Order: sequence, then structure tokens, then C-alpha cells
Amino acid sequence: MIVIAVVVTALVFDFTNGFHDTANAMATSIATGALRPKVAVTIAGVLNLVGAFLSVEVAKTISSGLVDDTKVTPAVIFGGLVGAILWNMLTWLFGLPSSSSHALFGGLIGATWVAAGADAVKFGAVVTKILLPAVISPILAGLIALAATYLAYRITARGDQATVSKGFKYGQIVSASMVALAHGTNDAQKTMGIITLTLITAGALPSGSGPPFWVIMSAGLAIALGTYLGGWRIIQTLGKRVSEIQTPQGFAAEASSAAVILASSHGGFALSTTQVATGSIFGAGAGRRLASVQWGVAGQMALAWLLTLPAAAIVGALAAWASSSGTFGTVVVAIVAIAVIAGIYAASKRQPVTADNVNDVPAPTPAPAPAAA
Amino acid sequence: MHINWGALLVVAIVSFGSAVGVVVLIAFALLGLSARAGGTAAGGTAVAGGGSRLGLSPAAGTFVAALCLLAAAVIVGYGLWIIIS
Repeated sequence: MIVIAVVVTALVFDFTNGFHDTANAMATSIATGALRPKVAVTIAGVLNLVGAFLSVEVAKTISSGLVDDTKVTPAVIFGGLVGAILWNMLTWLFGLPSSSSHALFGGLIGATWVAAGADAVKFGAVVTKILLPAVISPILAGLIALAATYLAYRITARGDQATVSKGFKYGQIVSASMVALAHGTNDAQKTMGIITLTLITAGALPSGSGPPFWVIMSAGLAIALGTYLGGWRIIQTLGKRVSEIQTPQGFAAEASSAAVILASSHGGFALSTTQVATGSIFGAGAGRRLASVQWGVAGQMALAWLLTLPAAAIVGALAAWASSSGTFGTVVVAIVAIAVIAGIYAASKRQPVTADNVNDVPAPTPAPAPAAA
Repeated sequence: MHINWGALLVVAIVSFGSAVGVVVLIAFALLGLSARAGGTAAGGTAVAGGGSRLGLSPAAGTFVAALCLLAAAVIVGYGLWIIIS
């Protein structure tokens, strides 16, 4: 019973992960008009599904390292997932590109803490594997995008502007696809890892086995579907509210994101695709001379990033505490979670952001760039 | 608590090199293609040393563009290969 609940919850998390992160790959492509919104999310969805099948390395690492896996029970994983899902929904409502990975880690850490004590959480690993990359990767991606954008404008300044703009537009289609693929290989696997771990702890799979085919398939489909539906609120934030993005900037930002994500996952550093993509977009915004970057938006995001881990941890802890008490507790947690999600969804309907209005910014932040610069 | 600063530095250098490399290559490719479009549109006098590049014939411009695009494709292809393998 609890195992089925965990698998379903994990797939729901995967779905929220998908629509939360569509923006990473596609926000600037949609903003510059390189891809029409519906086309962009379709490409991203398909490539996420493809990416899910390419590798299972990340799926194996997720289950070990952060928490003592001998002390983890399905109820703990369930609690962690609930914390992660609720935080993802809340940040989506505000259009904030927070890290789905951090929400997941935070939820698991909180849940493990209440269920098995603070000893079961490896805080050293939390610092080196999560906090340090979280600080370094967006800055690195931002600097790369800044340099790339500056050079792109410098080099092409003497070229035919129509050719240049069109060329970078085609380039963006390729670079955005690379980011979407890299995202699929990273994020779909986090859910696969969770489900596999649950099956192992429940005795349905032998210890140390990889994810079975149906797990890969369902996780891939869940993230692809979420990606296809698109987190338009976050796409709007990253594509339109950070800076007025042109095609060379979009290309530079996506190339930087793809390079950083691929290089670090190859080098064994787990990082948040969301934070890398966000850093790149700010860098690309700052790299064009006279371009204005809305640093106030950056402040909001930084705050959301700081809060993600502890907030998801608190919700995860509460949910794990309740669901550890037995089936009744699990049912109560599930009902409360569904009610909160329904409430957030209802709240989002008051000011819907869809494929049709994603590029219209309703109310630009009151103080434009000159004051902030 | 052990932090592998060496590997971190390698990641930083590799990602910087590949991303900036690809963008610069594409930028030069588009400059080459501009020669086909009679590309003197935007302030050809701006930077010293730039004149020779604008003086490219359409054929030479296309050749430069093809070369740059090929190089960029190799880098991107290597990136793909890293994901898949």
C-alpha cells in the first residue's frame, strides 16, 4: 500500500519537476521568438523522454550519499516527496525558478531527520554536494554567458544584422534542445532513483539493482508530460522579466547552460539545472551593452533558492512524521497535500499565464533598471 | 568534508572553453555568411582590422562559415557523445 503511494507520489513529483523546469531550456527561445511556445514545449518534452533513456548513472547516485539509506523507510520517502511537491507548486504560483532538486533533497533530509534522527543526515555531504555547487554553478554559468554574449555582439557588430539575428535563431533551436536533453538525463533519473530505492527497501527488487524498464518509462513519461504542459509562469519570469533577451543572448545563455550542466555531471558534481539556467540568463542579460537587467528579480530568486531546502525539509518532516504513524496517517497526509495543491491551482487561475500570453508582461516591476543599476 | 577543487577547476575551464568557443565560432560563421548578404549594414568602420573581414568575397565568406560551423558541430557532437555514453 505505502509502496504504491510512494510510486504515485514520485511520479507526481516528476511531473511538477517537468513543468517547473521547461523554462530552463526554453524560456529564452520562446522570448526571442526562435521557437513558438507550443513547438518549444513539445521539443522539450520529447527530448526529456529521450534523455530519460540515455543513462541511469544519476539514478544510482541519488539513493546514496545524502542520508543513511539503511534508515530510510517508504513512509520517509513519501514524506520527502510531499514536501518537494508542495514547494514546487508554491514557487510555480509565484513564477520563481527554484530548484526541483533542492526541493527533493530538502524534503528527504527533513523526513529522514524526524524519522531516524539527525545522525541519519550526512551534513558534510549536504554542504559539498548541494550548497557549494548551488553557490558556484550559477555564478560560473553567469560569467560564461556574460563573456560569450559580449564576444558574440563584438564579433557580429560588423556583420549583416538580419543574417546574424536569423543565424542565432537557428542556433538557439539546437542549443535549447541540448539543454532539454541534458535536463532529461539529469532530472528524470532523480525520480527513477527514488522509485527504485523504494522498491528495494520494500523487498520487491534485489539490493543494488538498477531501475526496471517500467520505472524508466513511467518516469520519462511523467517528466515529459509535465514539460509539455509547460510552467508558463516561470517561462515568463526567465524569458521576459529578467532582461529583454535577443537571439545572440539566448544562444549564449543556452550554450553556457548546456556546457556547465554537461561538464559538471561528467565531473561528478550534482547541480541544479534551474540555477545554472538562471545564472546564464542573468549573465547574458548583463553581457549586452546598455541592456538592463532587473536585479530586483534576481533578489527574489536568490531568496527562493535560500528557502527551498529548509522549507521543503520542514514540510517533508511534518509529512513523514504523520505518515510514519501508519496507513491512516499516510491517507491524511495525501488528502491534505491534494487539498493544498488544488488550492494553489485555483489561485493560479486568477491570473493565468498560458502559451498565448507568455510573452506579454502584464506589470513590469515598478522601478526599471536605471535605479537598480 | 572533502572538496575536490581540482576537478571543480577543470569543470569550470572546460565549460567556459566549450561554451565561449561555440558561441565565438557561430558568431564568426554568421560574419562569414554576412558577406553573402553584402554585409556592410552596420557600421563597417567601427573597429580597426575589421575591414579585411568585411572585404571577404561571398565564396570566401561561405567557406569561413562552413569551417566554423563544422568546428562548432564537432564540439556539440562531443557534448552529445558525453551524454549518451
